[in-house]
Amino acid sequence: MVRRMKTNRTNFRLPLVPYSLWIILFVIAPIGLIVYYSFFDLGGNFTLSNYSNFFTSVYLQLTVSSFWYAFLITFFSLLIAYPTAYFLTKLKHKQLWLLLIIIPSWINLLLKTYAFIGLMGLYGPINAALEAFGIGKHQILFTDFSFVFVSVYIFIPFMILPIFNALDKLNPALIDASRDLGANAWTTFTRVIWPLTLNGVKSGIQVVFIPALSLFMITRLIAGNRVITLGTAIEQQFLVTQNWGMGSTIAVFLILFMVVILLLTTANERGMAGSGKKR
Amino acid sequence: MEKNGKLAKIYLIAVFVVLYAPIAYLIFYSFNSGGKMSHFESFTWEHYAAVFEDKRLIGIVLNTVIVALLSALISTAIGVMGAISIHYMRNKAMRNVMLSMNSILMVSPDVIIGASFLILFTLVGIKLGFASVLLSHIAFSIPIVVIMVLPKLQEMSPTLIDAALDLGATRKEIMSRVILPFIQPGIFAGFFLALTYSLDDFAVTFFVTGNGFSTLSVEIYSMARTGVTLTINALSGLIFVITAGLILGYYVLKNRPRTPASGVKR
Repeated sequence: MVRRMKTNRTNFRLPLVPYSLWIILFVIAPIGLIVYYSFFDLGGNFTLSNYSNFFTSVYLQLTVSSFWYAFLITFFSLLIAYPTAYFLTKLKHKQLWLLLIIIPSWINLLLKTYAFIGLMGLYGPINAALEAFGIGKHQILFTDFSFVFVSVYIFIPFMILPIFNALDKLNPALIDASRDLGANAWTTFTRVIWPLTLNGVKSGIQVVFIPALSLFMITRLIAGNRVITLGTAIEQQFLVTQNWGMGSTIAVFLILFMVVILLLTTANERGMAGSGKKR
Repeated sequence: MEKNGKLAKIYLIAVFVVLYAPIAYLIFYSFNSGGKMSHFESFTWEHYAAVFEDKRLIGIVLNTVIVALLSALISTAIGVMGAISIHYMRNKAMRNVMLSMNSILMVSPDVIIGASFLILFTLVGIKLGFASVLLSHIAFSIPIVVIMVLPKLQEMSPTLIDAALDLGATRKEIMSRVILPFIQPGIFAGFFLALTYSLDDFAVTFFVTGNGFSTLSVEIYSMARTGVTLTINALSGLIFVITAGLILGYYVLKNRPRTPASGVKR
């Protein structure tokens, strides 16, 4: 019996090897390199000037506007994804419907973006519809609206998925219990469903907010360079200006923001259980 | 409750309409004999014929698919191993460190992954091209697989393993007969998500791809300014029909043979 316990515990050490290798090579090393390069200028000399550059108004403004857009994108994704995920779990063939939500994300991102350029264009169907309703033509492309809309469109399956999983795991007996105890639909939602699916929401926010900070293709094609995000700035420094040092510095700050967001949204199981008990 | 159901249906229909609108739009104009994505002239298959004549385009599609399948397969294998070893880690602190490490790449902005991998590959001396793209796709897909598999492992009662041990199962048998079958839905979910991320990726590939190698996203991005031909529309129509067909086929196959056990679950 003792021997068996021991096998059970020391089990599964071997699979750790490739996974750890991956962590070292593709998680730790790249971040280390980014930090290292951020201390060098174009000529390869050690410098702190990249950091002092970052604290000029240009980059600070860029950071603030990046955050604002990322916030808007995440907010609207959540607003649309939560009810969608909720209604999906109520359907008969919910896994099939979930698949149908995911299929569009298999169509190349660039193709969909390209479709939106056509859809939202001055001669596109949306403007034709607007005209038919007597509202008249509007410049939809190259506006904040089109940027946020297309970004939400791109991210929404990735928001729906974790929320769907959380809702799907929810024991329906809990909802019945809540109803039996006299809670109305709203109370049931805020006190039972929402807290229990918060982890799904948090992972949804993680997978939307941070990529939203770094969008650069959509800013070019849909926002017509009107929106410059941290991602656009990094891409420019790396691939256009070839200034890896400055690009790395912006990346370092992006990583720092990312860590903060992670700390704020990482599911804390113990904390959840505690707050659950208090209620 | 009935009213609620109706509202839910309308809401879902609206979501699906918006989700599929751009795709429908692309496919609709793929049949346009006029060369543009406006003013539908008359129905034609010519753009579909053009897809099969364009050797370069077919090569790029193959690249994209091969990278996606290979990276999804390899990252699923490594990710499942990672999830299992994280789950059975006894050291809580170590476990949390691993979990945080795992989240890093998943939530890392594409540009950071792309930029840092570009530095890495340049330093190590890996030629930018197929190898660098494949490695990057594997790297950013692994954490997704881990995230999809871990909840299934948590769901699994440890008594199952104890029972298997008591019945004389070896480690290998426990892995292949108990753990893997139990977490299979998570593995599939992880694989498909990895495939999705790979097919959908533009930013990372854009950074680490060289001159000779191109995936569909990178190719379309470089075309987008000069104007995309309707050949691309036809291609996206084909891709859509094939992927949707494969997925629905898989779903039907999976759900048809109802074993007694799965019948009980429902």
